[in-house]
Amino acid sequence: MRLPILLWMFVFTSATMAAVSVEVADTIVERVKPCTLCHGDQDKTGQDAYYPRITGKPAGYLFNQLRNFRDGKRYYQPMAMLLENLTDEYLQEMADYFAAEPYVYPPPRPHALLPALAQEIQTLVDSGDAARDLPACSACHGTDLMGIKPFIPGLAGLPSAYLAAQFGGWRNGGIMRGQTPDCMSEIARKLSQDEVNALVLWLPAQTASGAPAEQDALAPKLAERCQSIFATGAVTKP
Amino acid sequence: MSVLTFFRCVLRGQMLAMALFAGWLSGTPLFAGADDTEIKLQRGAYLARVANCAGCHTARGGQDYAGGRKLNTPFGEFVTSNITPDAETGLGRWSEEDFWQALHHGKSKDGRYLYPVFPYIEYTKISRQDADAIFSYLHSVTPVKQNNPAHRIRSPYDHQFLLFLWRAWYFKEGVYQPDNTKSQEWNRGAYLVEGLGHCNACHVARNVWGASKDDKLTGGEIMGTYWYAPSLISSQQAGVGSWSIDEIMTLLSTGVSQHAVTSGPMATIVRQSLQYLTDGDKRAMAVYLKSLGEQDTDRQPKPKIPPMPETVRQYLAQGKNIYEKYCQDCHGASGQGAPGIYPALAENRSVTMNPPLNVIRSVLYGGYLPVTADNPRPYGMPPYQHIIRDVEISQVISYIRNAWGNFGSLVSPDDVDSARGSEH
Repeated sequence: MRLPILLWMFVFTSATMAAVSVEVADTIVERVKPCTLCHGDQDKTGQDAYYPRITGKPAGYLFNQLRNFRDGKRYYQPMAMLLENLTDEYLQEMADYFAAEPYVYPPPRPHALLPALAQEIQTLVDSGDAARDLPACSACHGTDLMGIKPFIPGLAGLPSAYLAAQFGGWRNGGIMRGQTPDCMSEIARKLSQDEVNALVLWLPAQTASGAPAEQDALAPKLAERCQSIFATGAVTKP
Repeated sequence: MSVLTFFRCVLRGQMLAMALFAGWLSGTPLFAGADDTEIKLQRGAYLARVANCAGCHTARGGQDYAGGRKLNTPFGEFVTSNITPDAETGLGRWSEEDFWQALHHGKSKDGRYLYPVFPYIEYTKISRQDADAIFSYLHSVTPVKQNNPAHRIRSPYDHQFLLFLWRAWYFKEGVYQPDNTKSQEWNRGAYLVEGLGHCNACHVARNVWGASKDDKLTGGEIMGTYWYAPSLISSQQAGVGSWSIDEIMTLLSTGVSQHAVTSGPMATIVRQSLQYLTDGDKRAMAVYLKSLGEQDTDRQPKPKIPPMPETVRQYLAQGKNIYEKYCQDCHGASGQGAPGIYPALAENRSVTMNPPLNVIRSVLYGGYLPVTADNPRPYGMPPYQHIIRDVEISQVISYIRNAWGNFGSLVSPDDVDSARGSEH
């Protein structure tokens, strides 16, 4: 009775030993392959695609998004399923890795907005609209819209389709559920549909370069307004 | 610290050590025989891990044990309850007796029958001593005031009378009875697998009334998930009769071993529960699972691969192209993989198994191995659902099911589509 099993095991073992197993690098680059299939290639994170770039974004922002996806606070099923069994420590390591990676931005894509509308958007971005209690985009996302460390992402260099989807998510409550107050939901709901439509064309037309600004670039008043990001977004290590 | 307290601490430490030693000697549940409250709490915490109470009674991203997780079934949507000791919304007003009634008899504090989505069919096998320990642990966690939404059960399943009938027909109440012809270790394993671990809640097919086909871990689709929990007996599926005890223990610890990886809900169970088992309990579970596999009647001679029609040959050739483009880097030119990191696909039963649900879902959704103490930075597989089309996914899966000595049925684009379930 035992002999056939042993024989079978021997055959089985020798059959699998015959092919030398694939060599796998013990690196973070190898470990984040599931991310870079979509987020890695220029042609997939470029202006025509939905996938946003993740390299070069602030580490705290990336960590928060990874955790929000995993915990169901930002809805995107493929990301939720991928991250289901990962810990905060490991997500932080991934975030740190992508934050430190250099990135070559796609060239700006000129928009075809009417000059008056483009001017309106430019004003909104630079100065906001006090009448509607809308802060300037640049006040939080940096004067060159490249984000502010460690939690606020850049806006320049993102694909139109991705930007449009995020605005939709904020307005309908699909993003950052459970984190209140959520400043971007508030802001997105105050913008008109025409403004959103114009913004998602105007932003990709801006030149993206450089790195996120340092944390002190953010006014304390705005930090307070967006406290949801800071309150639950504590990064476990700097 | 006074001298007296110091001695008390030493004494308590010794008692714990003695209890551990006694438990180890006798092979009975760990910490057995000690009635110190703290020891009972620790034991309860451990047993709650093994029973994975938090797995269902914690919403995604929610507070531990506060409930609110939604479970979809053909009978409606069930919402797990708050089992923190909050008086208003949790188990704060429950007694040990109430808890026992739920776990063992499947009845709530108010006498209502519980829906068997709460696995009392399995939990009824838990000993009173273990149930009391779990209860005291649950009463020690931070109370959370959280009212969860009500179940949304489809008519007529919301009638208690139907539940009464269901229970009369399908529910067999009773604590696990050891089989005296088997070793204590085997019995401990059986108790863990059948009772606390409630493995049979998933690893079995269910009939139209949602009742388990049997209690023998014969495999089945997990209700409402579109994952297939393979048979733990069959050598064609996840039976481990031919494995070493060490390999089974490694799989329970990390969700990955030389010959297998866990995916979907099983990877989550490893992260939430199984990795925390003591070595003694892992070994006991392994001994029991191995003995189940050895009774396998599903052993089949290696099938002769019939000659393929030209159309099939082409279908598989297209699959091979896709394999070389997307899969080969990690899984190797001959499907050899890198065991423990990227699974071998040659001679991998999850690849050739019927139904092919899990392999399809792994390609669609990818996934990381679970983070565990023994594997804190696991490797993963990307999701391919938006990289290649359904027909390409079906071709590549058909190819790997029939390459390198593998033999499995072909997979169609419809199979791929239906494996998505509600996640379109």
